[in-house]
Amino acid sequence: MNKLPNNNSTGVSLQVRGLRKSFDGDEVLKGIDFEVKPGEIFVIMGPSGSGKSVLLKHLIGLEAPDDGEILINGESVHTEDIASKYRMALVFQSGALLNSLTVGENVGLYLTEHRLKEPEEVEKIVSEKLSDVGLKDIENKMPNELSGGMKKRVAIARALVIEPQLILYDEPTSELDPLSSVVVGEEILKLKNRIHVTSLVVSHDRDLAFGIADRIAIILDGNIVTVGTPDEVKNFKDEAVQKFLHAYLKRETE
Amino acid sequence: MFENIGEIVLLFWRTLMALPLVWRQRRKVMDQFFEIGNASLLMVCVLSFFIGAVIALQTGPVLVERSLSSAVGGVVGISIAKELAPVMMAILIAGRIGSAMAAEIGSMCVYQEVDALRTMNINPIHYLVLPRLVAIAVALPMLVVFAILVGWFGGAVVAEANDHIAIPFKAFFHDLRDIVVTKDVANGVFKSFCFALIIGIVSCHQGLVTIGGPRGIGRSVTKAVVNSIVLIVIFDYILTRILLK
Repeated sequence: MNKLPNNNSTGVSLQVRGLRKSFDGDEVLKGIDFEVKPGEIFVIMGPSGSGKSVLLKHLIGLEAPDDGEILINGESVHTEDIASKYRMALVFQSGALLNSLTVGENVGLYLTEHRLKEPEEVEKIVSEKLSDVGLKDIENKMPNELSGGMKKRVAIARALVIEPQLILYDEPTSELDPLSSVVVGEEILKLKNRIHVTSLVVSHDRDLAFGIADRIAIILDGNIVTVGTPDEVKNFKDEAVQKFLHAYLKRETE
Repeated sequence: MFENIGEIVLLFWRTLMALPLVWRQRRKVMDQFFEIGNASLLMVCVLSFFIGAVIALQTGPVLVERSLSSAVGGVVGISIAKELAPVMMAILIAGRIGSAMAAEIGSMCVYQEVDALRTMNINPIHYLVLPRLVAIAVALPMLVVFAILVGWFGGAVVAEANDHIAIPFKAFFHDLRDIVVTKDVANGVFKSFCFALIIGIVSCHQGLVTIGGPRGIGRSVTKAVVNSIVLIVIFDYILTRILLK
């Protein structure tokens, strides 16, 4: 039986420097630079196709950059033992629950596959993490029996099992009704306050972003055009940024 | 297919390297094993019975006419054990199980389940490929042994029932035992083991490289089945040459 790494319950810092990525000659990320401080909620906003999800895949190591570097607490994410040093989790846009497994098996997958805990302990941790995200007695349900909001919260519970120091959220409120979006937003805030995890949220949901973020970055056409507090971003005098933010507001009022 | 041959070989090598972990994945191996068995047993039974029957029907009257009735059992026995059972069952399993493997892993790729595994530091080769490859490598040779027996039985039934052949059941199997030796059956079983590895690795590879939506999954399934069948036929020739020596 392996050991679960000690959780010092402290978020990590994340630095992205000069990140570039092209697919078939089309440059998707054009030199991305930003820094996320330990324990803060950092939201990256941008329209569809601006490179948000590609950026997220780089941060978790699912894509390799053409140029630039990603550092966690000053260490490159591409060093070999980074996974054993720092625990990162990604909450996918779709939830990405394994459809052939029950909710309980999904949430406990990391522990069972890495043999970190005995089965009885896994069960206990699973129900604990599910109740942390406001879900109870659904361990034996299959993912296709859950609503979109529940799937997202199960995915967050699965991420929590890793006892992460950095959680990345990919469009956590997409395809959710307004009430479920608020619940998911509250969960992200609660986690920050309770376990001081560093959270990086990629979203184009303005309500979520301005409701939970300590700082917001706007990404347009593969470039970060501004980083600041929600108020600073709201008042940022740039035509493209204001156009993006107002397009959203206009769509909302319609 | 051939542009991906390097990737397929690499995936096979990595899966072989993961073999010591198979005991940890035993539950998934057993699940896959029973799925292959349950899904295919009836089809194997029907297919092999009629293959045996048709071989007896095609060769029986010709051999009897030339006073070679004692060769009917041997011809049916040898052709089924060495060639038809392993090849036909492999084609059946490629269509039935290979397609299911490619579709399941392909949809897991498309719906980011494989990415989710990677983010949890769970190797998709250990979690998805290894159990499927081991299960099919055990199940297909067992199905082929079963298919050989049912095929012989099918041949014997037709040999007795058909007026132009009219060889009694007992005589058919007596003649068969005179010609077919254990090595012939072992050759067929060995071939089926190799075919199982081809089906397993080609199908899992196609699943893992799936991109796009449902159309991508459909493309992967088609490629998995077609590529498996082409490789089965090519390797059948190569293995036959080697085993004939």
